[in-house]
Amino acid sequence: MNNNNEKKYIRSHEPVFWGLFGAGGTLTAFMTPVMILITGILVPIGLFGEGKFNYQQIHQFATSWYGAAIILILVALPLWHTFHRIFHGLHDLGVKQGRDWQQVICYGSAFAVTIFVLTLLLQMIAA
Amino acid sequence: MSKRKPYQREVSSKWWLAQAFYSKYMLREGSSIFITLYSLILGWGVFRLSQGEAAFNAWMESLQHPSAIIFHFIALLFAIYHSFTWFSLAPKAMDIWLKGKPLEDKLIVSGHYIAFIIVSVFCLVVIL
Amino acid sequence: MANKTIKIEILRYRPEQEDKPSPQLFEVPYSPDLTILEALQYIKDHLDSTISFRWSCRMAICGSCGLMVDGVPKLGCKTFLRDYFPNKIKLEALANFPIERDLVVVMDDFINKLEEIKPYIIPEDNTKCLSDGPHQQTPEKLAKYKQYSMCINCGLCYAACPQYALDTKFTGPAALALLARYNRDSRDAGSKQRMKIVNQEEGVWGCTFVGYCSVVCPKGVDPAAAIQLLKVESSKDYLIGMFKPD
Repeated sequence: MNNNNEKKYIRSHEPVFWGLFGAGGTLTAFMTPVMILITGILVPIGLFGEGKFNYQQIHQFATSWYGAAIILILVALPLWHTFHRIFHGLHDLGVKQGRDWQQVICYGSAFAVTIFVLTLLLQMIAA
Repeated sequence: MSKRKPYQREVSSKWWLAQAFYSKYMLREGSSIFITLYSLILGWGVFRLSQGEAAFNAWMESLQHPSAIIFHFIALLFAIYHSFTWFSLAPKAMDIWLKGKPLEDKLIVSGHYIAFIIVSVFCLVVIL
Repeated sequence: MANKTIKIEILRYRPEQEDKPSPQLFEVPYSPDLTILEALQYIKDHLDSTISFRWSCRMAICGSCGLMVDGVPKLGCKTFLRDYFPNKIKLEALANFPIERDLVVVMDDFINKLEEIKPYIIPEDNTKCLSDGPHQQTPEKLAKYKQYSMCINCGLCYAACPQYALDTKFTGPAALALLARYNRDSRDAGSKQRMKIVNQEEGVWGCTFVGYCSVVCPKGVDPAAAIQLLKVESSKDYLIGMFKPD
């Protein structure tokens, strides 16, 4: 074999995104169903008492350090999972155009929401 | 002279409809769309929370709209499907050996379900 | 009861006389113990001698007779007519490979990938002398890779893989499972060379864990598991690479 023809192997950066995908996917698998049940169904149809899940309670939780951390993880981490799937799903559907841009938009959205929520939480804690 | 002329079949972009197994895979991947929307709703809730009590209550009220409840119901079904597929595939991504034998798939899967139930009940009790 | 028959539709392709494949219907005598492969042999012997298909061992070990049966990748020798009777059976060359002729596909890409992953034990540099005796291995060490060594290179998993269908650059299930087989072998020291293949975009990262490869495998190999475990290995390798670039 000729050395000049030796194949160049290029390492993928996918482990970074796959790691976030896996963490988000695990969190989603364990938490999202019960979260949707609470915030999307039980609370709106009024199955909880009046004193529960109200502004004071949530605000107090969100302005504690641990509460803010929990909210950030619960809101933002699933997006690193879902946008990873959407990015690969576009490939599955044969959307070949602008893969680079698809990547920027998908992971960029997850990043933007993460920063947005983080900023809001920090503002609330500082206020 | 060679008469070779290998024929390359084209892949339809609807390949995932041709086979139930593929359709279920796409359903699994599609769960991400609903979970994305749900996360964005929560993110918006944090934004409204930061704007004060009136804004937060308006957000809470918007969740009572029938269309919101229908959306959350569909999202819940997709989220459960995601959990189901995630737990079923978990053994394949784990390489746990005990006493020279691989840990049984059934144990790993049921362990996930037990943890899932504990987490869900814990959340409901804490919030209730 | 006598003279029962079953209809078999075969997607034929004769490159010297046509530009694209077309179906041809055959009717063969039915018996519950007949395999698809035997039905094909009946067709070749009695109905149309021009039909082409690959076969050799007739006992699911040579891996030659892979084909699509009603759209599902199967070994012809291991699939029985009784599981389809009385319905018509549709046969087609193994999906995701170019058709050479009738049910024969071009497997060059698959074979190249198998070769590329160095499917042999690469000993450590300070190789021990032959007179030192064989490399000992405990049953536990064997169990770590045995499942992945059962592959017969039939290509069914490639026909089942949508990611390979969408992009043939993907290394694919069988080659990665075989790679795992050698990386998990206690006698092997070639992991570092093979991880370069694993770490690429077209290595394990071309996989989205559809999981159909493991379902269709006629030998009980679990390529999907091999690939997920290699993703974990590749991630570890990535972290190490950040601190110790080579």
